[in-house]
Amino acid sequence: MSEKETKSLEEIFNQRIARDEKIEPKDWMPEKYRKTHIRQISQHAHSEIVGMLPEGNWISRCPSLRRKVALLAKVQDEGGHGLYLYSAAETLGISREELFDQLHSGEAKYSSIFNYPALTWADIGAIGWLVDGAAIMNQVALINTSYGPYSRAMIRICKEESFHQRQGYEIMLTLSQGTPVQKAMAQDALNRWWWPSLMMFGPRDEESPNSEQSMKWKLKRKTNDELRQAFVDQTVPQAELIGLKVPDKDLFWNETRGHYDFGKIDWEEFWQVVHGHGPCNRERLNARKSAWEKGAWVRDAATAYAEKQSQKQSQESSLKTA
Amino acid sequence: MKDWPLWEVFIRSKNGLEHRHCGSLHAADAKMALENARDVYTRRNEGVSIWVVASAQITASNAEESGELFEPAADKAYRHPTFYNLPDEVKHM
Repeated sequence: MSEKETKSLEEIFNQRIARDEKIEPKDWMPEKYRKTHIRQISQHAHSEIVGMLPEGNWISRCPSLRRKVALLAKVQDEGGHGLYLYSAAETLGISREELFDQLHSGEAKYSSIFNYPALTWADIGAIGWLVDGAAIMNQVALINTSYGPYSRAMIRICKEESFHQRQGYEIMLTLSQGTPVQKAMAQDALNRWWWPSLMMFGPRDEESPNSEQSMKWKLKRKTNDELRQAFVDQTVPQAELIGLKVPDKDLFWNETRGHYDFGKIDWEEFWQVVHGHGPCNRERLNARKSAWEKGAWVRDAATAYAEKQSQKQSQESSLKTA
Repeated sequence: MKDWPLWEVFIRSKNGLEHRHCGSLHAADAKMALENARDVYTRRNEGVSIWVVASAQITASNAEESGELFEPAADKAYRHPTFYNLPDEVKHM
């Protein structure tokens, strides 16, 4: 294709996006659009998959059967969400195997929040309330994203995830109404998860290099800072309602802005965790790799069985026609 | 190891409605594809029946040909009821 032809295709493409048309897998798209989407969708998928690890650890130690069925369902949903998103990424011409390789080699990133440990039962409450709350904020904004398969996956995911946040908040509510020790446990979990949750929205707008192009392509519909502000505004009253204190001495309601002002985020910590030096980076990746490697024989056996069955079937049908 | 083949999943949400495409997944064979589809796509009573079709078996129209395929229908307004002018007295037709 000549440069001129590509340019006019790109113009048509940009106009389609401007008209809010969805882009589907077989449509022409700029190579950079494809690559950026593979990166973002796969990063999102990896986050769902790795996100099962901090919570999975607590399934066998839930305080009641009610909590256990909820946590099981939540972790199973996350596995499902990872699968929807991997499928969406594959429509852009990358294989599942390549996607896993990128995760396991460390080439692809996943949300840094999952590199923090879930130390107490209250952490399961805080994760559902804050981490899923922040994720939902991000994801609702993505429902209108321009790439069809991604948008459809987002619709399903958002619909399923609202229970994740509610069950987390309910855990926090119950603990905060419990004994002083239980309430302290809830407060401690909030203290540890608050700042990492704010970091989930990514770097500040002026330091987010891909944001501008992503907004233009409608891969992103709101900026990192807009979403972070919306999350703070939504969450602070929820903390107050159950008598917990957000660990930020600079937090106060700004009447003129109509928003909460909040303190400075420790971006050094954020980049450290992104670059692999968080409390659990190594542990998470090892758990993932070991699950993949230990499952290899199951995948191979299933493939061998399927081949044998189809051979058998074709032999039978050739016998019948003979 | 090679990837398991890709399957497209279609779900009938309740009797009386058609099966609709809802997504795809990998599985070694059709039976496993059905079982996985049940776990991945019907965790909340989304369906009463599932079809799985090997993605490789689907023949799809090409986006580049959509002009010649679909544009001819655009100027055929006479295929729609509103094209025909009737007196207002005729309430339902």
